[in-house]
Amino acid sequence: MSAVAVERAGPNVLAKVWAFVKHHILTAYSILFFVYLLLPIAVVVVFSFNNPPGKFNYTWNAFTWDNWIHWDAVPGIRSSIVLSLQIALLASLIATALGTLIALALVRYGFRGRATTNILIFLPLSTPEIVLGASLLTLFLNLNVIFGFWTILIAHIMFCISFAVVTVKARLVGFDRHLEEAAMDLGANEWTTFRKVTLPLIAPAILAALLLCFAISIDDFVVTYFNSGPEVTFPLFVWGAARIGAPPQVNVIGTAIFVIAVTLMLINVVVQMRREKRGLA
Amino acid sequence: MNWFHRHRGLTPYLLLAPGVVFLAVFFLVPLGFLAYQSLESGNFDIGFSFTWSWSNYWDALHNYKAQFIRSLEYAGIATALALVISYPVAYWIAFRGGRWKNLLLLFIVAPFFVTYLIRTLAWETILSDNGFVVNTLQSLHVLGPSGRLLATSTAVVTGITYNFLPFMALPLYVSLEQIDERLIEAAEDLYASKLQAFLRVTFPLSLPGVVAGTLLTFIPAAGDFINAQLLGSTNNHMIGNVIQSKFLESTDYPAAAAMSFILMAGILVAVFLYARLVGTEQLTGTAA
Repeated sequence: MSAVAVERAGPNVLAKVWAFVKHHILTAYSILFFVYLLLPIAVVVVFSFNNPPGKFNYTWNAFTWDNWIHWDAVPGIRSSIVLSLQIALLASLIATALGTLIALALVRYGFRGRATTNILIFLPLSTPEIVLGASLLTLFLNLNVIFGFWTILIAHIMFCISFAVVTVKARLVGFDRHLEEAAMDLGANEWTTFRKVTLPLIAPAILAALLLCFAISIDDFVVTYFNSGPEVTFPLFVWGAARIGAPPQVNVIGTAIFVIAVTLMLINVVVQMRREKRGLA
Repeated sequence: MNWFHRHRGLTPYLLLAPGVVFLAVFFLVPLGFLAYQSLESGNFDIGFSFTWSWSNYWDALHNYKAQFIRSLEYAGIATALALVISYPVAYWIAFRGGRWKNLLLLFIVAPFFVTYLIRTLAWETILSDNGFVVNTLQSLHVLGPSGRLLATSTAVVTGITYNFLPFMALPLYVSLEQIDERLIEAAEDLYASKLQAFLRVTFPLSLPGVVAGTLLTFIPAAGDFINAQLLGSTNNHMIGNVIQSKFLESTDYPAAAAMSFILMAGILVAVFLYARLVGTEQLTGTAA
């Protein structure tokens, strides 16, 4: 409507400009949005190369490779990374195993208590982390459990299970059950069918669940903070360091985690795009 | 094998058992302990005893009214901002993304690949007193010469909005992507203007995404204390800061437990209302 008004009022050029703006405004806005989204990430990466003037790594001073070469020069940073990796590895493996079994039961079988189970899976996802952390803390306190590696691991498995269930479930819903029936018709028993047919087909979803749990675990601060006792994971290390001025090595590790994660995701995206292209051709 | 055949109905329960037992013991039981603790009285040195001390709840509400209200306020503003900021982009990716959709979605979740605390510290750098943003705003006289952004509610809300943005953008994208474009074309064929077609066809069809995104953003935002701690001052502390310090610094467990429960109860009410609206299957489905 307004395009018509402009056309009548001014020369044709104006109308063309307006049409151009109207057509591309959403694109321009989206580009701005992505700049905003990626700006803090750029800051993290750039400041990993900074040689900070004092205690605080807030203002740009001079370029240096030192932080990358001496990434573990800060006391405690190396052990915190090792602990985070151990926890993330164990928690993602156990949570994905438990979650996959739950997903199989929920998608494959009709049984009493299915709706209740769905709610039980959904509840941890909709509970603020601080409540998850605080309630586990009260459990361990009241049972006089010693805080440390095991309490962190239990906490991480707990909040990862639901994510694993949801991820595997999404794949199972679109699963062609005829494939399994065919295997059974050909004489395979339930276990063989599961091993030879079901498992290979849901393997990508299991891998996705593993990666998701790993990512959530390695990033977790709140629940860990409540249940870590004297142990320090990488996010806890950052928290402690932030109070006295975080060293640039924190940015180095942050950048490294980012690059690894994005590379993995990019590989996944490229594979998907190739597959779609093949599907179209 | 024979036993399995006779008790085929047991299979789902056997599959469920390990995970469900784990969640029961380390999620549900702890909530019970939290409820129990919230009704205790006493202190860390003399020990706590269970006395049905409901006053913990009234005291918490009374003494920390400001922090409760601030949590809801900050979370509410951040959720609304996230919705307004990310809706056009979700729309753009869903309808104009073409074969680049997956790559653009990767950009949306990119912040998640930087450790939460580190990306919040990055905002501390961006908003710092001698930073580019403050200097620009000062030269535009939006901020006074001694004006700052750090340690203000603006900084806290900015941080929360940024940190939970992907939780809003993703469900929005999913619901927009599922819309059959022929419906919008039909509306236009029937002489609806673009705006009318959007308001009466596209937007209503994207409502499940709006609701899911709102819940997924609001819930973690209301319980957050990291943004208030790193980007705000004590004047910007939210209920999460209070719970955290009562649990881990002043060991006032009953009060902290009562506050956690008030926060949890408020959120549960919202989720159950939503569950009644859309059904549990859809609720768990949208969380995917």
